Parts: sequence; C-alpha cells; structure tokens
Amino acid sequence: MLARRFGDFATAEDAVQEALLAAARQWPDEGTPANPRGWLIQVAYRRMIELVRAEAARRNREDLVARREPDDRRAAPAADEQLFGERDDTLVLLFLCCHPALSPASAIALTLRAVGGLSTAEIAHAFLVPEATMAQRISRAKQRIRSSGLPFRMPDEADRGDRLAAVRHVLYLIFTEGHTSSAGPDLRRVDLSVEAIRLTRTLHEQLPDDSETTGLLALMLLTEARSPARTGPSGELISLAEQDRSRWDASAVAEGVALVTHALPRGPVGPYQIQAAIAALHDEAPSAEQTDWPQILALYEVLERQSGSPVVALNRAVATAMVHGPDAGLAAIAELGNDPRLAGHHRVHAARAHLYEMAGDRDRAITEYRAAAARTNSLPEQRYLAMRAARLAGARSSSNDE
Amino acid sequence: MKYMLLMQFSAAGTEFPPIGTWTPEEIRAHIAFMGDVNAKLTADGEWVQGEGLGGPEQARIVRAGEGGVPVVTEGPFPETKEFLAGWWIVDCATPERAVQIAAHISTAPGPGGRPLNMPIEVHPVMSAPPQEL
Repeated sequence: MLARRFGDFATAEDAVQEALLAAARQWPDEGTPANPRGWLIQVAYRRMIELVRAEAARRNREDLVARREPDDRRAAPAADEQLFGERDDTLVLLFLCCHPALSPASAIALTLRAVGGLSTAEIAHAFLVPEATMAQRISRAKQRIRSSGLPFRMPDEADRGDRLAAVRHVLYLIFTEGHTSSAGPDLRRVDLSVEAIRLTRTLHEQLPDDSETTGLLALMLLTEARSPARTGPSGELISLAEQDRSRWDASAVAEGVALVTHALPRGPVGPYQIQAAIAALHDEAPSAEQTDWPQILALYEVLERQSGSPVVALNRAVATAMVHGPDAGLAAIAELGNDPRLAGHHRVHAARAHLYEMAGDRDRAITEYRAAAARTNSLPEQRYLAMRAARLAGARSSSNDE
Repeated sequence: MKYMLLMQFSAAGTEFPPIGTWTPEEIRAHIAFMGDVNAKLTADGEWVQGEGLGGPEQARIVRAGEGGVPVVTEGPFPETKEFLAGWWIVDCATPERAVQIAAHISTAPGPGGRPLNMPIEVHPVMSAPPQEL
C-alpha cells in the first residue's frame, strides 16, 4: 500500500517494519489500539515520509559534494565503511532479530516474522507447531529484546563480525529446517529453504562485499539446486551419487558458482565459502564418477583446520576414501573414533557403512547401515539407510543361492 | 527437536491407589498441576500437543485376523501392571530439556500431595532434517 503510494518498495518495507517494531514496543505497555491496522498504516506512513525526505536530503548532499570534488579525488571508502556505511533498517532489524541473547528458536521465529514478513500462522505451520506456541516464541523474543535494552541501531564496530556471524547462522538454520519432511505434500506450508535464500539475498544486497555472506548465499543456491533430484516418487531420499543430474536447477547452479567464484579470491575465506566451493564441485561434475574428489578433499582439509568440527572430519574421511580408496577412509574414521562428540553418532555408522560397501565388505556394511538407521532422528534418512542394508542383504542372499 | 513424552500409570513401580479413591482436594491438586504444566509449556513456546487417555477399561487391542478382519481384545489387561495414561509432544532445544520436562511431569502430586513419580518415556520424534547423502 505504502509502496504503491510512494513507488518505492524498499523504503516502504522499512517503514512498515519500523511501524511493526514500534507496535511491539508500545502495544504491550499502552494497550492495542482500537484499529491496529489503521494505527500501523498511519505510523508507517509518517515514517515513510521521514525516510523519503532523509533520502532526498542525502542525495542532495552527495550531489553537492560530487559537484565540488573533481572526479579523480573520489577515493574509495575504507573497507569497513564500504561494508557497513549505509544505514539500512532491514540490516539493523536482522542484527536485532538474530541477537545472540535470543535462543536460536526465538531468533528464527522473530526473523521470519519481522524481516521475512511471514504471518505467525505461516511460521507455526512451517515448523509444525500450534500457532499459540509460535506466537509465544515471537513475543518472548520481543520481550527479551526489550528487557535487555538492545538498541535499534547498527552493532558497535568491535562486535560486528560476531553479530554478522550470528545472523548468517540463523539464516542457515532456517535453510536446513526447510529440508525437514512433512507427512505429505502440503501446499499451504511455506518453503523455509526458499525463505532463507530470500533473506540471505537481502543480506547480500546490503553487504555485497562481505565474502562469507556471499558464500552462504552460494551454498544455499548450490544445495537447493539439487532438491528436485533429492527425493524419489514415494518421498525416498536419493544419494548424491545416484541423483539424476539433469533435474538439477541449472540456473541456480550457475548463480551459485558465479557467487562463490567472485567471493573466494576476495576473502577472508570462511566456512560458508569453503562449503559452497565443495557444493560447486559436486554441482559442476557431469557425473558422480567425474567428481573432482582430490579438490574436495583439499577443501575439507582446510575446513577441518578452520572449524575443528568432528562432522567435517568425518566428511573429510569420506573424501579421503574417494581419493585414496576405502581402506584409507576407514583408517581416517578409526582415528576419529575417540572423539566423544561423535560417540554413538549415526553419521559415523553411515560413513563406515558406505566405505565398507565400497570395499566390498557386505556383512560389515549391513551392520553399520542398520546401526545408523537405528540412531538417526530423520525419518527419510532412516528409511534410506534401512533400504541400503536391505539391498545389500538381498544381494548377499541371491549370490549365496547361485 | 520434537519429543514425545508418554506418561505411564504404573501400579508396579509406585505405591498409590487408583485416582478414584483420592480425596477431592488431591484430585483437584493433580488436575491443577497438569493445567500448569500445559500452560507453562505453551508460554515457553514448547507445546505441540498433549492429551489424556481413557483408562484400561476402555482400551482395546486390535490385530488383523484372517483376511484382515479385526480381532479385538478388550481391556483391562490383567497381565500388565502399566498402561498409557496420556502423552505430550514438546518442541525443545535439547534432549536434556525434554528430560527436564519429563522429570517435572513425573512429580505430579497424588494422595497426600506426595509426588507420584510416574515413569515418563521420552521418545525423539523423527522430525530432524536429513543430511545430504
């Protein structure tokens, strides 16, 4: 409505968000106005006029400066200024919604509500919880912001790196949550992966020179590109090696590859860029056999040094097997055996199962697939692992019959 | 992560008489406790659903017989000392939190206001996103 009136969608969106935030601050104390919709529109309208005036004033100042300065004296701004110079409310709002003082569940809910513009009902439905529960998560998050006295402004320079990392983390959590299966096809359910990509795109537009944000957007696009091929007709998971690559979204792959190619040489190189680079190598391989595993292994080694994550180490062990054979991979997993963070983790069993299968050791592979199936908390994954075990067991009994 | 909490009414593990023999105050205190549990779970943004179940007198065990015909066995089930009295599904941040909620439910008051210490089974609901395979 405001966007129509002023012909400027981005500014209108900001104005509406500020109005919503003002409502969140005022309504609990002063009571909900008789006509909340009218109240919001009026507050947003007033804020919109202020924003348009400020924008016009800024442009005038810039024009004035530009006219005074000869072209060759227009120096590039300092790196940090380039990153964060422009005050933008969407960005401030993202920083606030993803504040580390909030629990991840609250930050996710508030981000989708205040920045993503989803209704509470839509968010509740996406997470398969009642609307009252989701409403409570959102209102708790707002209360927390109020009681912590967090200001509506850009974080201090010293905190910005960490705060931005927190924003990226919340967006990534929303993205992964999008891969949770629901009981069946549900057209009313918002696609959280698509929503996460949209929000990350917004962040990337605000901070085009932040290479990790670019890496995150690339990672999401390169992962999402494979989603049409990831599940079969009855909802069963299909492994990367067995996916029909012609069903991958070529334009998403191209955009993801372009983004990560642009980001990598500009550094600093963080985990999202490395994961995006790995995803790009998978997506660009014409077939599973032609995957550039040596390059993927090298990237996992860098990622492991950076993150110290045992799950990354496990992926590195699998890449080792793809380059140097299953025995080398199994030896690498054995070295991880003592890490308490991996104790009883289904992924260890799944990785071992895969490598035993590669090595032709069916019995051990079956045992490990079954152990992994018993330990996962994902239903499609459990079915996939049980199916792998069943396939091997079937192959074993038919070869025994011969 | 979502967890299902199954409340077992156990005559074996705990020494308390059936709820029908409690005083009205004891029953009221028990109901109020359960109401508080549910209100608190909603306020904490963790409630997904929960219901109480009819007693063993109303429960049936069904198996498919010849040609898929239902074969029904009526309760009560004399061979079992435990039966399912109700369930919750909660959506919480950690498995430790699910255990904490279960332990709290287990303290529901019985006769004399003493905690019943009912066994609560905690099951993860298969709701996690799958990893890339």
